[in-house]
Amino acid sequence: MTAAPGSLTPAERPPVQKAPWTHQRTLGVVLLCIWAALALAVAAFMVESWNPTLFERYAPRYMSGLWITIQLVVLSVIFGALLSIPIAYGRMSENRFLSALAYAYVYFFRGTPLLAQTFLIYYGLGSFRPELQAIGLWSFFRDAWNCALFAFTLNTAAYQAEILRGAIGSVGRGQWEAASALGIPKLLAIRKIIIPQAMIVALRPYGNEVILMIKGSAIVAIITVFDLMGETRRAYSQTFDFQTYIWAALIYLALVELLRNLIDLIEKRITRHLKR
Amino acid sequence: MRISRRVALALPAAFLAFTLGAANAQGMKVKIGTEGAYPPFNNLTSDGKLEGFDIDIARALCEEMKAECEFVTQDWDGIIPALQAGKFDAIIASMSINEDRKKEVDFTDKYYNTPPAIVVPKDSDIKGVTKEDLAGKTIGAQGSTTHSTYAEKTFTDSDVKLYPTSEEYKLDIINGRLDAVIDDVVVLDEFLKTDDGACCKIAGTLTPIEEIYGPGIGIAVRKGDNDLREKLNAAIKAIRENGKYKEINEKHFSFDVYGD
Amino acid sequence: MERVFTLLSFGPEGWGDNIAAGVVITVSLALATLPVGLALGFLVALGKRSPDRFLRLAANIYTTIFRGLPELLTLFLVFYGAQIGLQKLIHFFDPAASIEINAFVAGMVALGAVFSSYASEVFLAAFRAIPSGQYEGGYAVGLSSSQTMRLVIAPQLLRLALPGLSNLWLILIKDTALVSVIGIADVLRQSQVAARVTKEAFLFFGLACLIYLALAMLSSIAIAAIERRAERAGAVR
Repeated sequence: MTAAPGSLTPAERPPVQKAPWTHQRTLGVVLLCIWAALALAVAAFMVESWNPTLFERYAPRYMSGLWITIQLVVLSVIFGALLSIPIAYGRMSENRFLSALAYAYVYFFRGTPLLAQTFLIYYGLGSFRPELQAIGLWSFFRDAWNCALFAFTLNTAAYQAEILRGAIGSVGRGQWEAASALGIPKLLAIRKIIIPQAMIVALRPYGNEVILMIKGSAIVAIITVFDLMGETRRAYSQTFDFQTYIWAALIYLALVELLRNLIDLIEKRITRHLKR
Repeated sequence: MRISRRVALALPAAFLAFTLGAANAQGMKVKIGTEGAYPPFNNLTSDGKLEGFDIDIARALCEEMKAECEFVTQDWDGIIPALQAGKFDAIIASMSINEDRKKEVDFTDKYYNTPPAIVVPKDSDIKGVTKEDLAGKTIGAQGSTTHSTYAEKTFTDSDVKLYPTSEEYKLDIINGRLDAVIDDVVVLDEFLKTDDGACCKIAGTLTPIEEIYGPGIGIAVRKGDNDLREKLNAAIKAIRENGKYKEINEKHFSFDVYGD
Repeated sequence: MERVFTLLSFGPEGWGDNIAAGVVITVSLALATLPVGLALGFLVALGKRSPDRFLRLAANIYTTIFRGLPELLTLFLVFYGAQIGLQKLIHFFDPAASIEINAFVAGMVALGAVFSSYASEVFLAAFRAIPSGQYEGGYAVGLSSSQTMRLVIAPQLLRLALPGLSNLWLILIKDTALVSVIGIADVLRQSQVAARVTKEAFLFFGLACLIYLALAMLSSIAIAAIERRAERAGAVR
């Protein structure tokens, strides 16, 4: 139904005011032009140095490198999550010895560079071969990939323990009390009441942690693992072509952006009850 | 008034001095890139000084060219980009003259040439150095080297691991992560002479493939830097003739590394 | 045990002096990066909360790139890429000229870019926590917008951003370890060289970890002191 003509003509809409051209806009346009110029320069460089035989040769290698990176990150995040539970428990424990131990663990792994930790585990443990052999662990540490996985797991467990602790701490004490007042067993309360609420707080830090692991995983290239960065360095050393690095940059950027959007999506979903 | 005039006079003078200095530096100052992790050719001592055959040769060449030389250490896998980027003017770091690299840099004539070899732990069951002998084994090599290219092309049934420097694969063959390593016979021989090298033995030397190894080890300069290249060539020739090369060779090795 | 002491001594036989020199490099790199990162981060945060769409977009592209790339890759891109790019640019004007980005500066730029993109988020969150009444109050007493920013907003902003920034500082110290890969003789590289030459990998990498831990502890103490001061200043209104 359209409004009857002639009845109550609405007041003339004021003309849309043109946004004034501000200094900020000038700056914004200039900066965007710089970005565009950089993007164009990179694109031009890629087109200029485009080489189908090179692409054919290295594309599958990059894919296998990417797969190694993903495997490494996924596995270490999962194992790290498992390991973070006892550590978070220790951090929150009333037992002073336990909490000090957990604190020291977290402090060490968060206070030192992942690269140094990886070196310490890969080359450092290498010097304890006889001892490790005696207890049958050498076959595990012999492999660079296992060492990387081990180092990353220990590292991310420390960070995840803090995220877990923060998230559980953020759930009000009243929630626990209410659950026990209703006679809900503790484990069930954790699963059904505490975890869903803690997840909302923890999701973003967890997401950031995964992103940090993806970026951090690039260092395994230095201990002979052919992840995406390792393949990139190998390709570069064989071709001396800088576009190898640009390809890697694009892949990493795409991977991280994909993940970030995924986290946004999940966040929207788990907080839908908070939306009005 | 007086001050501004002085400034006005000083400015072009300073500029002149600058350009003069630059012109002078062309013939006088050479920055030499090396790795510093490849004993006995170039390595660092515990007080952080460079030593080795490459270093002594470089010093002799500079003396011959009457140039003032400065050494810059740079990791191997970035050494060619660093040369191109102007971080130094010449690479004297045991770099083989091969076709792939010639697309990026120019080389002088060779200044030595020694064959590659394979080292294995003493208790190893590896008998020879053919593709079949090494099938299924883990082989270590320094990344971005002719040796790693050779290993990846030849030992296709083996697992080739690439290390940033020769020292890292040594750590890994000592602790048993590697079944074999490939490198220049002189480098490996030197390693076997050390305490740590007691773990291992030479399984055999390899016949270098011309396509990968080229005519030997040369000095890399930026593409088109013919002036420096010719000066270096002349200097190499001169120290070969005046006995300086022989002296350095004898200081480091008991045999002739120049090859034929 | 005696061998350990010799290895760690400061004499020609020991690596103590090399590693101490590495500590100096690590600390000065982190200290040199901090002001660059803070200033850039603040500017990017201003850009992100600009009313202008284009400026926001430009600032967001910046953080997307530097938060999305692995720090190691950023370092390579700056160290080799920027060098090659600048070289080409300069040759375009003058074929004989050459330019050199030294490794320290490359490290500073790369780490500064990463630091600033994270710092911009911290500043942004701090901006959001300042109620608009503070700006209005500033304008109401006749301050110009730059005076309001300097005298009213910035002091509160710093206090609000301090915890986030101190966290970034600790991350920065750890990230400096990556420059060892482009050949800067920092703590990790010196330990790596020592580990290679002496084959005592566990000793030297363990030592490196302890040094980073000590740096983190010292930073924590300093940060706690700064936070106390900031709080004291905040209490007096």
